[in-house]
Amino acid sequence: MLNTAHQIKRGVSFYSYQEECFLKKMTLEDCVSEAGSIGAFGVEIIPEQSMTGYPHPGEAFYRDWDEWMEKYGTTTVATDLFLDTKRYPGRVMTLAEMTVSVRKDLDIAKRLGAQFVRAIINTPPEVMEACASYAERLGLKLLLEVHAPFHYEHPWILRHLEVMHRLQSPALGFMPDMGTFVERFPRVMSERALRDGARPKFVELAVETYNNRGDVHGLMDTFNYMGANPVEQGIARLSTFLTWNEPRVMLEHMPLIHHIQAKFYEMTDDGSEYSIPYHKIIPVLIEGGYDGYLSSEYEGNRHIQDIVEVDSVEQVRRQHRMFQRLLGEETTLDAGATQGNGVFADGGSNVR
Amino acid sequence: MFDKYIIVEDTLRNTGDDDDVTGFQLGVRLPYYRGLGLSMVEDIEVTIDGETSSSASVSLTVHGNTYKLTDLPGVFDDRWEMGEVATVSVDKAGGLTEGPHSVAVRQRLRISYMPVPGGGTDHKTLTLRH
Repeated sequence: MLNTAHQIKRGVSFYSYQEECFLKKMTLEDCVSEAGSIGAFGVEIIPEQSMTGYPHPGEAFYRDWDEWMEKYGTTTVATDLFLDTKRYPGRVMTLAEMTVSVRKDLDIAKRLGAQFVRAIINTPPEVMEACASYAERLGLKLLLEVHAPFHYEHPWILRHLEVMHRLQSPALGFMPDMGTFVERFPRVMSERALRDGARPKFVELAVETYNNRGDVHGLMDTFNYMGANPVEQGIARLSTFLTWNEPRVMLEHMPLIHHIQAKFYEMTDDGSEYSIPYHKIIPVLIEGGYDGYLSSEYEGNRHIQDIVEVDSVEQVRRQHRMFQRLLGEETTLDAGATQGNGVFADGGSNVR
Repeated sequence: MFDKYIIVEDTLRNTGDDDDVTGFQLGVRLPYYRGLGLSMVEDIEVTIDGETSSSASVSLTVHGNTYKLTDLPGVFDDRWEMGEVATVSVDKAGGLTEGPHSVAVRQRLRISYMPVPGGGTDHKTLTLRH
């Protein structure tokens, strides 16, 4: 579709396979093997999800990890940190405690061979500032996620921008989540609400209000006065967590953007994402000279697990076929071609 | 997000000896896509056939380590891993009768980036077998 030269690479965050990993249908090695098999050679790992014994998984874990990277031709691109500011009952962590926590995760990222570390949205700007030089010494970039409903004019993000612009540290930046570009209400969410007992008139009003860029923040009161049940109130609240922004908002901040979390909820049978218009997003990234990874982040599982067996592997494969098409790569991931034999490591899973 | 997986099927058992049953236990998962430090597990409420157990009677066992529910706020060096089937034990003299029981488990988790309490609820019918 696009022949414009670009350096964008494909990757996958193992967040995508959370359903199968949670239920022990896939091992961590299966995740690495699967990523390599679809040409998603840049992998992203959430240590608190995938590392048994975090933050001290033991040397054997790291040895296995290094071996898998070699075996499957993959590279550790990013890790995702959490900051448990409420770890201690009744009080919030001090700045010093938060700094220790972030440094611990930077050390883990370094040991895994990553380049980028996702700082979760609740990381205070003061903590980013306090950790910048440490990250720089380790050769890492600490990137604040820009996750819906946050955006680049949000007061919290403006405080972070102030720090980034003032410090001019090569170690600080952003990791945008493409869930900030939800153009149409995700069908998997509205259909789930109906199954959970929301009445159609409420669901339709939420979907229409969202899709027409109406006042989603007014829905809670409106629904309340219409006699909404808890599921209906839930869909009103959900409407305020979803956001649509023109993807070009990223251009101004492109020098600070080093990694992209390619969130998605549903890859349809025709090979597109139902709600997030990647055909509008990827040209903007190319125009902005983005040269990092598109790191798949499948998050549809929680909305469909009540009626079907979740197949995250197939969803991610579909997203990568779309990426190949939009990035102008040869489409090697024909439907069915990558399924079946040899995908998983020995002793692997029965996920299919 | 993983509420339906909280209660693990076929795990309900009485505890203690045959002639001195002291309580019951079942397998429980965390409804979350990552592991969590135990100090942030604020509550595990177990309700059997409509009767909710007191916090003082509940214990949690993760990978061989057992803690009283009421001691969890002070546990900073252990975690409940993602997808790990932990054992929730409840003190109850005589335990439960054999046969089916309506089981509800509600967890409250302190998730720092969320403005409201996290956690989840699951209801299942489990059959206690000898």
